[in-house]
Amino acid sequence: MAGVTLDTVRKVYTGNVEAVKGVSLGIEDGSFCVLVGPSGCGKSTLLRMIAGLETISGGTVKIGDRVVNQVEPADRDIAMVFQNYALYPHMSVYDNMAYGLKNRGTPKDEIAKRVNEAARILAIEPFLARKPRALSGGQRQRVAMGRAIVRKPQVFLFDEPLSNLDAKLRVQMRVEIKRLQRTLGVTSIYVTHDQVEAMTLSDKLVVMSGGQIEQVGTPSEVYRRPETRFVATFIGSPPMNILPGQVEGPGRVSVGGQSVAVTDMREGLTPGSAIEVGLRPEDVQAGAAGSSALTMNVDFVEELGATQLFHGKVAGSEFVVQASTGQIPADTRQLPLSIDPANVHLFDPQTTKRLGRT
Amino acid sequence: MVENRRYRNLLAYLILTIGIVIVAFPVYLAIMASTFDASTIINGNMPLVPGDQAADNYYRTLFIGGSASREPVGMMMFNSFVMAMGIAVGKILISVLSAFAVVYFRFPLRMTAFWIIFITLMLPVEVRIYPTYKIVADLGLLDTYTGLILPLIASATGTLLFRQFFMTIPDELLEASKIDGAGAFRFFKDTLIPLSITTIAALFVIQFIYGWNQYLWPLLITTQSSMQTIVIGIKKMITTQDALTEWNIAMTTAVLAMVPPVLVVIFMQRLFVKGLVETEK
Repeated sequence: MAGVTLDTVRKVYTGNVEAVKGVSLGIEDGSFCVLVGPSGCGKSTLLRMIAGLETISGGTVKIGDRVVNQVEPADRDIAMVFQNYALYPHMSVYDNMAYGLKNRGTPKDEIAKRVNEAARILAIEPFLARKPRALSGGQRQRVAMGRAIVRKPQVFLFDEPLSNLDAKLRVQMRVEIKRLQRTLGVTSIYVTHDQVEAMTLSDKLVVMSGGQIEQVGTPSEVYRRPETRFVATFIGSPPMNILPGQVEGPGRVSVGGQSVAVTDMREGLTPGSAIEVGLRPEDVQAGAAGSSALTMNVDFVEELGATQLFHGKVAGSEFVVQASTGQIPADTRQLPLSIDPANVHLFDPQTTKRLGRT
Repeated sequence: MVENRRYRNLLAYLILTIGIVIVAFPVYLAIMASTFDASTIINGNMPLVPGDQAADNYYRTLFIGGSASREPVGMMMFNSFVMAMGIAVGKILISVLSAFAVVYFRFPLRMTAFWIIFITLMLPVEVRIYPTYKIVADLGLLDTYTGLILPLIASATGTLLFRQFFMTIPDELLEASKIDGAGAFRFFKDTLIPLSITTIAALFVIQFIYGWNQYLWPLLITTQSSMQTIVIGIKKMITTQDALTEWNIAMTTAVLAMVPPVLVVIFMQRLFVKGLVETEK
């Protein structure tokens, strides 16, 4: 087993397009690291550089203690699961899993042992003789993972492996991937644009945007204390509401003329200067009981079953409130909101960085 | 509509039957003609039922040849077979390799190379026949199998066909095999070729028949009768100057000339269907 260390890794495509702009990241041995971000943020490019499928324009990639910049993909001791599975259509499931080992000159009985073991773990034993086309999407996904497992690699790389599956199967496979990674204890790097997958799978969550890392942390750190406005609005569903406001003084900002108390606020901000106030839809309480009160003009309500989403405007900006069904009458037009000072996030309008305590 | 269907089907069958008769009757006639002796055919009223000379005709045609001391047709068939096989196999080898290079490797002047290959499409054998003849003659390849085969191998059709096919194979397959430790050649051998079986079979059928039916080129470069192909053999049998045309032998030769292409189509058709059913890109 080995960790993965990236040091100012850059990728520049012809035409001077910089897809990855100097990413440094340490992934501990045995941990599950998820790279998440919108499409085009460089997460897949980064993964493919670790895999050796893209050349590295600058910086170093280390697997364990070995710099692998110039090492062929096959010699990096990695295994990769692709979005469209990339199973060999003309080979049986068994041969698909055995192919990499065969190329390595692994003895036949060892191959059989490993393939059968992987098939047992993934519950695909009945399909070993079949061709991939005779399998369902979920089964193909398992074969693709089996192909990775039999290699006993130092690192698993997953490139959006669940995006071709239907919603129900995706949840099921997500759980299985997590369980598998726990059982095998292999360092894993997983690329996704789905923030639910990112939150649920990761030990270490890396949010990327525009070829750079926005924030690295545990899922709860990233959720509780987003470092930039981008992270705040990207992680969490529905996304965080951002309202324009002004600094009033230490621990207080004003939004649309209403004063709001804030626990996590940087000291020494100039009173009267503009600031962005972030509030998660699920952190806002309906009712005027709290210390800081805002009023929302409700436009419409979305029913999600257990919860309802109230869409409307607060101080002229779009705002969403999530509440348990039945807690607020659906015909409410004016909704008073109370806000816990601990749940207010502040961002600099210019740099979009968090203005929390240092 | 339902009550009309019967008559429609009947009409469709009628048209199809007429079509088949038009195509098949001359072939039937040739087969019948190969079962009579020369005098019966020369008479002008050949019966449409098989005669009793079939064994004699086929034996004589295959192993002895016509009366004007020609080569046995068995020899010509062998020549034609070598030529057609050589062209089909050679063309597949060359085009699959060049398409592999053009699609999967980045080298300087890659697209130039591709366009040069592409342009040769505009230059069929008939257009470049003089320079080709000159080169083959200078290389001392007249009256050789190499001379028969080599100039007809070089063409772009196969390369284009394989290129188009390779472009439809997802990149992930290449990447997966890279990670599985397969180099360029292993990827070619283990993944690309098995996936291309249908294309290869199609090209084989087309090129085998193309090679088998060649007339102009073998006519030019073969002077010895031992190097004659069957297509030229037929032609020579029909245009005799100092003797009567032995129509029974000519027709037997024609029937024999039809057999290998028909066999290739029948055999390869099974591979076609198999390939179509089994391959999934």
